[in-house]
Amino acid sequence: MTLLISSPHAHGGDSIRANMLAVILALLPAAGVAVYLFGWLALFLIVLCMLACMATEWGCLKLMKRPTDRIGDGSAALTGLLLALTLPAAVPWWMALIGCVAAIVLAKQVYGGLGHNPFNPALAARVVLLISFPLHMTSWLMPMHAPMLIAIPPLNLYDFSTCWQLFWFGPEALGKGLDAITMASPLGHVKTEWSRGIGAIEALRNYDYSYLDAFLGREAGSLGETSALALLLGGIYLLARHTITWHIPLSFIATVYVLAALFNAVNPEHFAPPLFHVLAGGLVLGAFFMATDPVSSPVTPRGQLIFGIGCGILTWSIRTFGGYPEGVMFSILLMNCAVPLIDHYFRPRVYGK
Amino acid sequence: MLPALFERFGLNQLWPTGGFPGGVHPPEHKITADSPIIELPLPPQLILPLKQHIGEICAPLVEVGQHVLRGQKIAKSQGYVSASVHAPTSGTVVGVQDHAVPHPSGMGRPCLMIEPDGEDRPDESRAPISDYRNEDPALIRERIRMSGIVGLGGAVFPTFIKMLRDQRHPVQTVILNGAECEPYLTCDHRLMLEHAHDVLRGMDVIMHAVNAQNGVVAIEDNKPDAIAVMRGAIEAAGMDNVEVRTLPTRYPQGGEKQLIQTITGKQVPEGRLPLHVGVLCQNVGTAKAIHDAVCLGVPLIKRVVTISGDAVPNPANVCVRIGTPIPFVLAQCGLEDLNDVRLIHGGPMMGERLPRTHVPLVKSTNGILAFHRQSLYSEQAVEEPCIRCGHCVEVCPAGLVPNELAWHCRNDQFDRGQDYNLFDCIECGCCSYVCPSHIPLVHYFRYAKGQVAKIEKERAFAELSKARSEARDNRLAREQAERAARRSKVRKQHAPAADKAAKTAEKKTDEGKTGEGKTEAVKKEGDKA
Ligand code: SF4
Ligand code: SF4
Repeated sequence: MTLLISSPHAHGGDSIRANMLAVILALLPAAGVAVYLFGWLALFLIVLCMLACMATEWGCLKLMKRPTDRIGDGSAALTGLLLALTLPAAVPWWMALIGCVAAIVLAKQVYGGLGHNPFNPALAARVVLLISFPLHMTSWLMPMHAPMLIAIPPLNLYDFSTCWQLFWFGPEALGKGLDAITMASPLGHVKTEWSRGIGAIEALRNYDYSYLDAFLGREAGSLGETSALALLLGGIYLLARHTITWHIPLSFIATVYVLAALFNAVNPEHFAPPLFHVLAGGLVLGAFFMATDPVSSPVTPRGQLIFGIGCGILTWSIRTFGGYPEGVMFSILLMNCAVPLIDHYFRPRVYGK
Repeated sequence: MLPALFERFGLNQLWPTGGFPGGVHPPEHKITADSPIIELPLPPQLILPLKQHIGEICAPLVEVGQHVLRGQKIAKSQGYVSASVHAPTSGTVVGVQDHAVPHPSGMGRPCLMIEPDGEDRPDESRAPISDYRNEDPALIRERIRMSGIVGLGGAVFPTFIKMLRDQRHPVQTVILNGAECEPYLTCDHRLMLEHAHDVLRGMDVIMHAVNAQNGVVAIEDNKPDAIAVMRGAIEAAGMDNVEVRTLPTRYPQGGEKQLIQTITGKQVPEGRLPLHVGVLCQNVGTAKAIHDAVCLGVPLIKRVVTISGDAVPNPANVCVRIGTPIPFVLAQCGLEDLNDVRLIHGGPMMGERLPRTHVPLVKSTNGILAFHRQSLYSEQAVEEPCIRCGHCVEVCPAGLVPNELAWHCRNDQFDRGQDYNLFDCIECGCCSYVCPSHIPLVHYFRYAKGQVAKIEKERAFAELSKARSEARDNRLAREQAERAARRSKVRKQHAPAADKAAKTAEKKTDEGKTGEGKTEAVKKEGDKA
């Protein structure tokens, strides 16, 4: 009650809930593309993850005897949606469920709940899954409408019962092996071809890679990461709404672009071109929606630039030299570790000093 | 255009573009911008706090039952940083007692009560200085000091002190602060519209008193009429060394340091005064008061106040005698029932909530806002955990990291708080305004500042008492030694063989001497303190 006398007596009207809902709204185009590409399966996964995360959060709050109406701030729902959008469409339901519990319990509540988690919960959960189930997490379901797949028609994912079977009982229920319905992502393909001594340009040629398809999203990948266009729409909305600032997305993507361009200029046969790096994998999703997670990113503008640049360098390095084809999520998690340090050393200039 | 774009995307945090970094745009709610200033009638009783400024409290000069004239000095300043109080009207002194004043603590402070006789007879002992341009600046400063003038923008620092001349740091530019960036408040705006001439003359007095070469009238671009009127008045007066500068509307544009940065492009270095960058800032209302004091011989006995807020039926700008009870003023604006109404003294961003309603209007009152309980944000806010969104960092005009700072303040880690520049916070409230988690950041900063001050006071006190007790110990030791020496002398005379005792005594005397030195050092310290 002592707070009552303290100014300011006005407020801009922003709230945690409004921010979380804005991010969910901004992810809707990408979710729409996911449904367009992966049909019912995408819908099942998104709904399951969102519900599971909210239920887990509710359970945690209940266990810790905290007010359960915190669930209404939308952060758990957002974590669920983000996690779903980073999953390959062919993961079994129980795997997604494990991811949700890991995200809420291991990556968020054990640290003290919203605001205290050092890592982005959705990303941390995805890493848990990737390390525990590497096969499933790198097998990309063949999407609908992908031009290079017109010759080999994939499963009809718009058919409810096919997806239902696939979702609950796995590909075996349809009498198929996992590898019969999945394919490599462009990044994965380049990495495998490299290991066989084939340069990036050649690899992309024999993959039938097209920039336009990558931009629109008609390629293999996680549910929500394929369409740069849909993600950009959401990202611009968040920028305009001032939920996120330009510092992290711009510095992140620009760093990847510049690094890729430099190496590509030196050896165009071996190193993949910059635009490919920008459109491939989870970069746009990561730069606009993961790295900008307020809790686990720096608070100061200069710190955010450093953070973005660090993410960019790590992403490109992991993709090019690392063991995994994709480096976005590792780089963000690694930079998350550096946030306290960045915040300490990159404070704004104090007036008059 | 470019600065606005820079600001929109937070670029001014990275590369300052002339304006100050950060800031917010709260809805303006300047509902009284078009209401002319109305003179309010005299209340049945006036309550004049003896301390309405930063500095020492005043000593009353009158007794209960004494009759006073309008403008008569009724309490004189004690000490250097102080400002005297004058009778706002003629009448009888009916009491000298503690009464609630506009302060968030709601505590009573010594006040003089005056019952107006309704005749409003002036004290004419102070002659106007109409030809101030040919007067000695020191005389003008003295007049300002005697007139009890303090900064009317809310800082209430005695004005004459700001106008002292320093040979090493001559003032080049006088900035007249007409930004009025707080929402709701329009008193300075109306003053510029209705008394442009007086305000400008007041500014001219200041410029003469500090020997400044030029003047800048700073007005936010949401007051185009005031800008036009002031430009016209400057032209009419032929003041070609004064210009009007249009500032972007952005809170806290009217903060002294922020204003200086916007106008001069320079920041006032830490621990320095505006003087050190060659600038003197005065508020529009202060300039008008200076005009009245110098050119009319009238001390500070009334001021313009904005009465607004959603609970006020007839919001207005009113000219009120200082000491008028606030409920009386509100009643004149149609607000009688103060139950379930929350009063803010000042603007919504920096104003203080009044825990008690029956308080007088004082020199620092630039606005009284009355809100229904439901519509006051600070009443409803529920604090949630910080999500580290960084919005507070973006908007902080002082360049602080409010979320970290609040964290340390809340956990009573004041050293860490000072490491995060606690004392550079100007309490503008921008950070709390944007915080999505509704964290009362400014509250934590105020709390920490108060605690640090308290701790420092206690430390000083402890050191003083330690010094005192040491001095006492030394004195006792010395006295004992002296006594012993005397005794041994006597013994020597009587029994020359007892030289063993004498040796000990001598040793003690030496000790006593060193002790004496110490005592003296401590004494000197004490004198300094
Ligand atoms: S604005 Fe509030 S929630 Fe955001 S970083 Fe600052 S204190 Fe934390
Ligand atoms: S109140 Fe203090 S910390 Fe908050 S924005 Fe203003 S100067 Fe910065």
